[in-house]
Amino acid sequence: MYEFITGPLLWITFIIFGAGCLARVIWYIKGLDWKLDRVAYRAFPVQGMKGALRSIGYWLLPFGTHSWREQKFMTILFFVFHIGLVVTPIFLTGHIVVLAQRFGISWPTLPAVLADILTVGVIVSGILLAMRRFALPEVRIVTTAYDYLLLVITVAPFVTGLFASLHSGGDNTWLMLHILTGELMLVAIPLTKLSHFVLFFCSRGQLGADYAIKRGGMRGKPIIW
Amino acid sequence: MPEGKLCNKKPITTEEQLHATLSDTRGVQYYREMEELDVDKDALWGTIQKTMKSRTKTWLEICAHCGMCADSCFLYLVNDKDPKQVPAYKIQSTLGEIVKRKGDVSNEFMRHCMDVAWSQCTCCNRCGMYCPHGIDMGVMFSYLRGLLYSQGFVPWELKIGSGMHRIYRAQMDVTTEDWVETCEWMAEENEDEWPGLEIPVDKEGADIMYTLNAREPKHYPEDLAEAAILFHLTGENWTVPSEGWEQTSLSMFAGDWEACKQQAETVYAAMNRLKPKRMVGTECGHAFRATMTEGPYWAGYTDGQPPVPSIHYVEWVAEVLRTGRLKIDPAKRIKEKVTLQDSCNYIRNAGLRETTREIMSYICEPGCFVEMKPNREHNFCCGGGGGFNGVGRYRPQRNEALKMKRDQILATGAKLVIAPCHNCWDAIRDLEEEYEIGIRWSFLKPLLIKMAVIPDHIEHVEW
Repeated sequence: MYEFITGPLLWITFIIFGAGCLARVIWYIKGLDWKLDRVAYRAFPVQGMKGALRSIGYWLLPFGTHSWREQKFMTILFFVFHIGLVVTPIFLTGHIVVLAQRFGISWPTLPAVLADILTVGVIVSGILLAMRRFALPEVRIVTTAYDYLLLVITVAPFVTGLFASLHSGGDNTWLMLHILTGELMLVAIPLTKLSHFVLFFCSRGQLGADYAIKRGGMRGKPIIW
Repeated sequence: MPEGKLCNKKPITTEEQLHATLSDTRGVQYYREMEELDVDKDALWGTIQKTMKSRTKTWLEICAHCGMCADSCFLYLVNDKDPKQVPAYKIQSTLGEIVKRKGDVSNEFMRHCMDVAWSQCTCCNRCGMYCPHGIDMGVMFSYLRGLLYSQGFVPWELKIGSGMHRIYRAQMDVTTEDWVETCEWMAEENEDEWPGLEIPVDKEGADIMYTLNAREPKHYPEDLAEAAILFHLTGENWTVPSEGWEQTSLSMFAGDWEACKQQAETVYAAMNRLKPKRMVGTECGHAFRATMTEGPYWAGYTDGQPPVPSIHYVEWVAEVLRTGRLKIDPAKRIKEKVTLQDSCNYIRNAGLRETTREIMSYICEPGCFVEMKPNREHNFCCGGGGGFNGVGRYRPQRNEALKMKRDQILATGAKLVIAPCHNCWDAIRDLEEEYEIGIRWSFLKPLLIKMAVIPDHIEHVEW
């Protein structure tokens, strides 16, 4: 079982994740239509790219936009959640050790304490995000069961990972669960709206390009997000 | 009854149809017929498949349902934070449902979509600025309006409005003769006071081709006279086209894309015919959006630019003030508290936020100009944008919507509001009528004429 989920299943996961994300981006860009979107992407590629990067940059910055500043609680939850999600798996010592053993490549890792903090941060902010969905009428009305399912899929590898690290001796049930839930999340990324892992950059960039090319970027002042 | 006599899927293209629809007071018969109107589900789904590409599909799909757009929407805020007014909910429960059901929706659902699309969104695009994913629900509502229009589910006034554009190439029944006569009349009316004042029609190769809003010649032609006086004072070499003078587009509010294209092309044809150095449009927001921002795309120009450089009236005003061609008499500057309405269509959606503030710096005594909060590209819609002002069916909702602007204005303490946009101007007038908060409101033109220093070489006969 362990052989299978860390062998063929892991490869299948990586292929679906990688190819799926790539396909999502290609499909998005191919589907941009200057006439239907009413944005002259091709005529002004430099302005468009600048606007896209500006838009992405400000939104990746905690409290970098009006929206982030106006909703401080959500902003903190959002960044704790997403930074933990992305940084922890990539720089976790346990992951890098496996990588070094199997492929002989490695990179700097997170101190264990920091990794734990980030992991707990993901779990706690995940729970608070779920509670927020339930508690606030303006969020509840747009929330569906699918949204909760995606939260579970996203947080599961962190819960199982945390338990796996706490039960490192002997029984590897938690580790197996961790690998499986991790694989599930990776597969879910291109196949569900977790695709915003890549499509955030596309969509955010598109609106930035729209503002830079058409909605004033070349006439007056660039928009302040 | 699949297709009504007045309410149907066909646009109004003849005067006969137009008059029949107009004579149906308040659209009583029109809306009754709408209740029976069939939905052409295949055509609806076919259009969606052809026109909904990755941008909109992605917007609908990746919406995180986080609700961060809620507080960005003035309609949500003025309606006591009714969750049904959350932008994400509004678009997901209308366009989102139509897409999910592959166009298989009922007449009742389409009428519901019409009510949401025209009375719960003014296409101000503010939510797009507050969504982390950059999901611009105003753009999607505009798209939804197009789908609804194509199926005949459009408010009565906007069906008429887009019909006007198709027939007269103007939002009102102003013919070429009416228009040219109005120009002559206004020039004559004012030449005693301003000897040498002209409104040159169809002059080729002028520096400026001026375009405007049909309401001006139709209802307050003095606006045209004021434009002429300011061009006269600044020594501009200008003209108006006999055809292609109408810059607005009610068809944009209606979602009648074919009429939008026809209207914009009429203006571009005038540019190509008269070859002006550039075009200046009047103090209107949606006219600017229709002709300068969106129009080139409807007309199929791959660079998204009109045939000649085109600017908003506030850009021209800022320029003549900056270069000293129009001088303001310091003694006549505004000495009371005054505030400024930022039009969504050329502030948020065309980057001119500093241009209007530059003008304020010339026309107000220091310290008199008070900003609304929020302002610039983050400002709220006047309350009547996107056609909301003009639809009788939604008047109660529109009056509610005005409360945001009312409160913003009250908070400034100003009694004078400068609104260089027809739609905003109307909304502010209506909010004063409705709520009587004791304010005055004005376009820039009349204020500038009162304050201008008249150059020595210009003759002015005081009356």
